[in-house]
Amino acid sequence: MRVKAPRATVTVALVGNPNTGKTSVFNALTGLSQQVANYPGVTVERVSGTLWTRHGPVQVVDLPGTYSLAARSPDELVAVDMLLGQLEGEHGVDAVVAIVDASNLVRNLYLLSQVFELGLPVVVALTMPDMAERNGRPVDAEALSALLGVPVVPVRADRREGIDALVEAIERSLDSQTGPPRESLPELPASLRDAVDALRAEFGDAVRREFGHELTPAEALRAVVDVDGEIPQRLARRLGPAFEARLAELRREIAGERSPAALEASARYAWAERVYDRAIARVAPRDGQTLSDRIDTLLTHRVWGTVVLLAVLGGVFQAIYAGARPLMDLISGATALAASAVTATLPAGPLESLLADGVIGGVGAVIVFLPQILLLFVFVAILEDCGYMARAAFLMDRLLTRVGLSGQSVIPLLSSFACAVPGIMAARGIADRRDRLATILVAPLMSCSARLPVYVLLIGAFVPERSWLGGLVGLQGLVLLAAHLIGVAVAVPVVWLLRLTILSGRVPAFVLELPAYRLPNLRAVLMRAWLQGREFLVRAGTLILAASVVVWALTYFPRPEEIARHYDELRERAVTVSQERALDAAEQAEYLQQSYMGRFGRAIEPVVRPLGWDWRIGMAAVASFPAREVIIAVLGTILGVEDASEDSPDMIRRVQGARRADGTPLFTLPVALSLLVFMALCAQCVSTLAVMRRETGSWRWPAFAFGYMTVLAWIGAALTYQLARGIAG
Amino acid sequence: MTTLDCLSPTQSARVLGVRGADGLTQRLLEMGLIEGTNVEVVRLAPLGDPMELRLHGYHLSVRKSEAARVEVEPCV
Repeated sequence: MRVKAPRATVTVALVGNPNTGKTSVFNALTGLSQQVANYPGVTVERVSGTLWTRHGPVQVVDLPGTYSLAARSPDELVAVDMLLGQLEGEHGVDAVVAIVDASNLVRNLYLLSQVFELGLPVVVALTMPDMAERNGRPVDAEALSALLGVPVVPVRADRREGIDALVEAIERSLDSQTGPPRESLPELPASLRDAVDALRAEFGDAVRREFGHELTPAEALRAVVDVDGEIPQRLARRLGPAFEARLAELRREIAGERSPAALEASARYAWAERVYDRAIARVAPRDGQTLSDRIDTLLTHRVWGTVVLLAVLGGVFQAIYAGARPLMDLISGATALAASAVTATLPAGPLESLLADGVIGGVGAVIVFLPQILLLFVFVAILEDCGYMARAAFLMDRLLTRVGLSGQSVIPLLSSFACAVPGIMAARGIADRRDRLATILVAPLMSCSARLPVYVLLIGAFVPERSWLGGLVGLQGLVLLAAHLIGVAVAVPVVWLLRLTILSGRVPAFVLELPAYRLPNLRAVLMRAWLQGREFLVRAGTLILAASVVVWALTYFPRPEEIARHYDELRERAVTVSQERALDAAEQAEYLQQSYMGRFGRAIEPVVRPLGWDWRIGMAAVASFPAREVIIAVLGTILGVEDASEDSPDMIRRVQGARRADGTPLFTLPVALSLLVFMALCAQCVSTLAVMRRETGSWRWPAFAFGYMTVLAWIGAALTYQLARGIAG
Repeated sequence: MTTLDCLSPTQSARVLGVRGADGLTQRLLEMGLIEGTNVEVVRLAPLGDPMELRLHGYHLSVRKSEAARVEVEPCV
């Protein structure tokens, strides 16, 4: 049985439809005190902050935007449970601030009518009064307040207008502790009310026994109406078949011609229309199209709309792919500088190496993602805020439903070509859980910029420079293009299989509001990007750092004395500086060979033999778990390269000249291609997996992604090797 | 009587009801596609699907497969 947590703090919940300026109101109320966490077991963010009232601090929770309290997925259930006071670890809500968009009053009143029935004190924040005015349908806030029997405060959160009045209204409602008056509630049909009463009378005791709370009229109504809903399912799980049978019977009794859902919707919209008619100050004749309509004629046009979409997508991609580059280089440079400063000050040894390679390298590996994350989220926030994101989904939906995704997967997948980390974070905007998971699971297959150095090295060293059509088409370029396309080509059947198996079910609905265009609020945009960045650092950053320290330890230990002694002797006999540096490199290669990682590489040699690899390549692939490009550094070390980077001549020479034990070349074109395919398809990127864990709330999904991608990468590499060898003869 | 997916752009209709009793039907109802609502097809996406509707003074996008559940009476 569930025990209610003690009422530690006073909590106010923000409830409203999507696209109503709810987040702007939240920002204005809580400022920089925001915290982002996850509700347990779901992928929904719990965004909260502190509002200082005359009674002291009040916790404000920004519930996910919703059109209705009928929860049809665990994600949607969170907001409803929070309002019903049934969320594990939460103590319930003391008052509700309902965000109501004045320019879209009727549909917003639908949700409000459901919120009214919870019996909690309600304050209405009436947003976008200016837009309603421009549309010729200004709302009379006083009349609306009189009709609803609760305070109605017009706010323009972007200008902080009305926020003080809103805070005062919240304070008063917390004092009063009374819900909306009975006479302002919508009248539901008698058949629905009878069913609710019957359910409460017959199962009230059982619910109290099983769940430890009252079966409220609001919860009973959801049980009766929501045929596929989460609430009736949860009740049925605990109350058994007797409850289910009775529920089915009650639903049959209600439904004559129409379903319970149709009865509820009709009653609420009738109420909303009535309130609307009396709350509109005046009705100006509409002068044809609004500005937003005219913009839409262009932006969703068959030809121009597509052109604009491609330009926007191209711009976003270019910004995170190339625009973030200077900052990322700066971070890499600073990391290298810090590491060399440590190497210079501390005596050589485990501590020096741990700090320089493990910790500083790890921290650098974390913050290097920040420029891309911040830039992408500035774009995402602008596109969502101004209303274009919904149009992009509208334009792309047909194309993406053919491969089993939805129009909302566009930005996450596109971003993943630069980096899967911000791409997976952007998948939050996808409403349906299965669509979101499918997108997250294939996002790492899109070829990210970290794979590029690996491609460049292997192609530069092994693919002959051949070109046709007067240099227009080059073989090296074609292989590079193929390396980028292979992930896309593989993603299509992967999504198809996911849809048939673990993510099976009805095609999720695409019932998407196309909100009126409006100017984005710069403060909210920057706030959003900053919160995402901070969250990444705190939640994924620690994991990434831990992983890089572990991999460092595996490649560093053990450190037998003999190697050091042996090389010290050799170095004493060395004459030139270059001889000494060659000895240093050889020493590092020997350390790595007998390290735990090196031993592991030898142990898995039979597994990588079908790919044409020897243990050194296998080990380098495993050791690149922190990030794919690490494979270059590890290969460089094991081959005795003094300065390992993808375009250093020494590196290319060493890779070309590497021999197997029997004297044959280690790398041939088939081996290089097999490694290239492996790196294109594998999940060797701890940051991606950490973000996946963060976004899905469980280790199950990153473990699954790692498993399926590694298997795919192995199969792809083996096929490539065997095929290429067959062709090459 | 016809269904919403059969209408062409700029055509208007009055909703008679939404078929089915599952979550998708409930979603369409909640968005305002209830008996008596006036709905206009604004346009189709460039690839012919989904469609953009105007109802209760706002714009809504639905796939044709979803619109096929909405029974309407075209306005002339």
